Amino acid sequence: MAPTNPGYVSLGERLVLWMDQLWSTVLDSAPYRWSAGAMRRVGLHGRRLVIAVPWLWLLLFFLIPFVIVLKISFAETRWLGTPPYGPLFEWADAQLHIRLNLANYLYLIRDALYVKAFLSSLKVAAISTIFCLLIGYPMAYAIARTDPRWRNVLLLLVILPFWTSFLLRVYAWMGLLGNNGPINQLLMALGLISEPLAMLNTDFAMYIGIVYSYLPFMILPLYSNLEKHDLTLLEAAVDLGCKPFKAFLSITLPLSMPGVIAGSMLVFIPAVGEFVIPRLLGGTDSLMIGRVLWDEFFLNRNWPVASAVAVVLLIVLVIPIMIFQRYQMKETEAEERR
Amino acid sequence: MRNRSFFLLTALVLGFAFLYIPILSMIVYSFNESRLVTVWGGFSVKWYGELFRNRQLLESAWLSFRIAAVTATGAVVIGTLAGFVLARFKQFRTRTMFAGMVTAPLVMPEVITGLSLLLLFVALAPLPFVPDTRGFSTITIAHITLTLSYVTVVVRSRLASMDESIEEAAMDLGARPVAVFMKITLPIIAPAMISGWLLAFTLSLDDLVIASFTAGPSTNTLPMMIFSTVRRGITPQINALATIMVGIVTVFVIVAGILMARQERRRQLDMRLAEAAAAAPRG
Repeated sequence: MAPTNPGYVSLGERLVLWMDQLWSTVLDSAPYRWSAGAMRRVGLHGRRLVIAVPWLWLLLFFLIPFVIVLKISFAETRWLGTPPYGPLFEWADAQLHIRLNLANYLYLIRDALYVKAFLSSLKVAAISTIFCLLIGYPMAYAIARTDPRWRNVLLLLVILPFWTSFLLRVYAWMGLLGNNGPINQLLMALGLISEPLAMLNTDFAMYIGIVYSYLPFMILPLYSNLEKHDLTLLEAAVDLGCKPFKAFLSITLPLSMPGVIAGSMLVFIPAVGEFVIPRLLGGTDSLMIGRVLWDEFFLNRNWPVASAVAVVLLIVLVIPIMIFQRYQMKETEAEERR
Repeated sequence: MRNRSFFLLTALVLGFAFLYIPILSMIVYSFNESRLVTVWGGFSVKWYGELFRNRQLLESAWLSFRIAAVTATGAVVIGTLAGFVLARFKQFRTRTMFAGMVTAPLVMPEVITGLSLLLLFVALAPLPFVPDTRGFSTITIAHITLTLSYVTVVVRSRLASMDESIEEAAMDLGARPVAVFMKITLPIIAPAMISGWLLAFTLSLDDLVIASFTAGPSTNTLPMMIFSTVRRGITPQINALATIMVGIVTVFVIVAGILMARQERRRQLDMRLAEAAAAAPRG
């Protein structure tokens, strides 16, 4: 226990005091006053400046890049030269030529590979989300209902894998699921199978990898929802003769829907475009759109088609992304009201 | 009731087993003398030795480390501003659009973010003042864009739960807004900024897809090195690397946990003393 003599100043407090003095000196110094005055004169005062910095950053590095992707998805592929796409606008003989090349999109529709890849990505992401929910919900529920002393420890155990490299955790499954990996050896030692099961480079391995990697993203929003529930509602229901499981179905489950939706979106949306897991754990024939985009870009060097794939993927994901954002907005507003 | 808690306990145990068995298996195999996963060739640290002699891997680790440090610092600066804007400025014309742009990178598939940023860098390359080779700077910019959303979320929720009346009191007493932010808001949200920094650091250190798109041909970050090694199959060196990383993170988290618990105890003690002082009759 810290000594409670009045003269004791902790390191943290000393740091805060020192920072305080530093800021006073800086804010009263001539250079600061001069530059603040100069900025005010060109119309950049406090509030506007604070908004401008993150706004401009996101505009330049988030919004404009999408416009460029859209533009290049309408460009012609050039197999030689850098960058490997043709211009959209050309100025020649006092005429502005705009070339909107729809070939990339037609190509996506005509070639069955792309349509199949989109459908199978949606399927894989949906099934993985359901499994994350089936595993994550009981875990989140159990953590939210344990003794508060243990809650933080358990929560930390959920977050801890997230802090260690995602790539390395996917790699660990390569070892576990391999033909002579520990799982096959265990099954063979038990006499359940006589020869190794081919698990690595199959859809099964891919599902395991996705569920494993995204499970914390399901548990955390579910936990933060379940932890806030008013338990007296359940007690009242049970007192009135409701069976515990029925009480769960008619009270806890509906109340936890916002958490379910948030967790599902956090799993589903990135999983649709997942590249690493299908590449390392899935089979060579695993058709995931993230992988198709990657190959189109890095192997075929077909930037316009890769851009068209990205645009279509974004259009497919716009609705889930908007659902997620609506939830996020509601959640933070609820937090601010409290 | 008995059944229910048994079910929940089983769910917890199985769930944590699922989360931790892969990590434990890497740690165990990193000490395996044999190259094969099948055979336990005895305890050995030779893979660690090989890891530390692997110049290429160490160089890429150092590069990733520097990128992650710059990324985290940049993301904390911009993300804190963004979190402040969202928490304190309730009305400005482009607020909805701004909020949307901040949260979208949280779920945006990495292939899209990576491709779009690369195309931006290619489009910007002919302009003056833009470095025409891709590498450290382009990866860092891409990573800041990715991670600042996480910082924004953490900082914003801290600002939302903070008592605004302290800021108002300082303002009423004549402090300038900048001084109020630096002297009052900043120390209060500092823990959130630190956890945001750490989050951005790990996310940047871990990213393969966006770095692959935005890196130039001669730049190799640690995840890119790991990926190209792993694609060829299992190597015990990577197990050793994973064990080291897990070790660092675990030590870090435990130390942070102890420090936070100690601070919390101190705070509670202070509160109790203050309450006792307030309740005591004045002489």
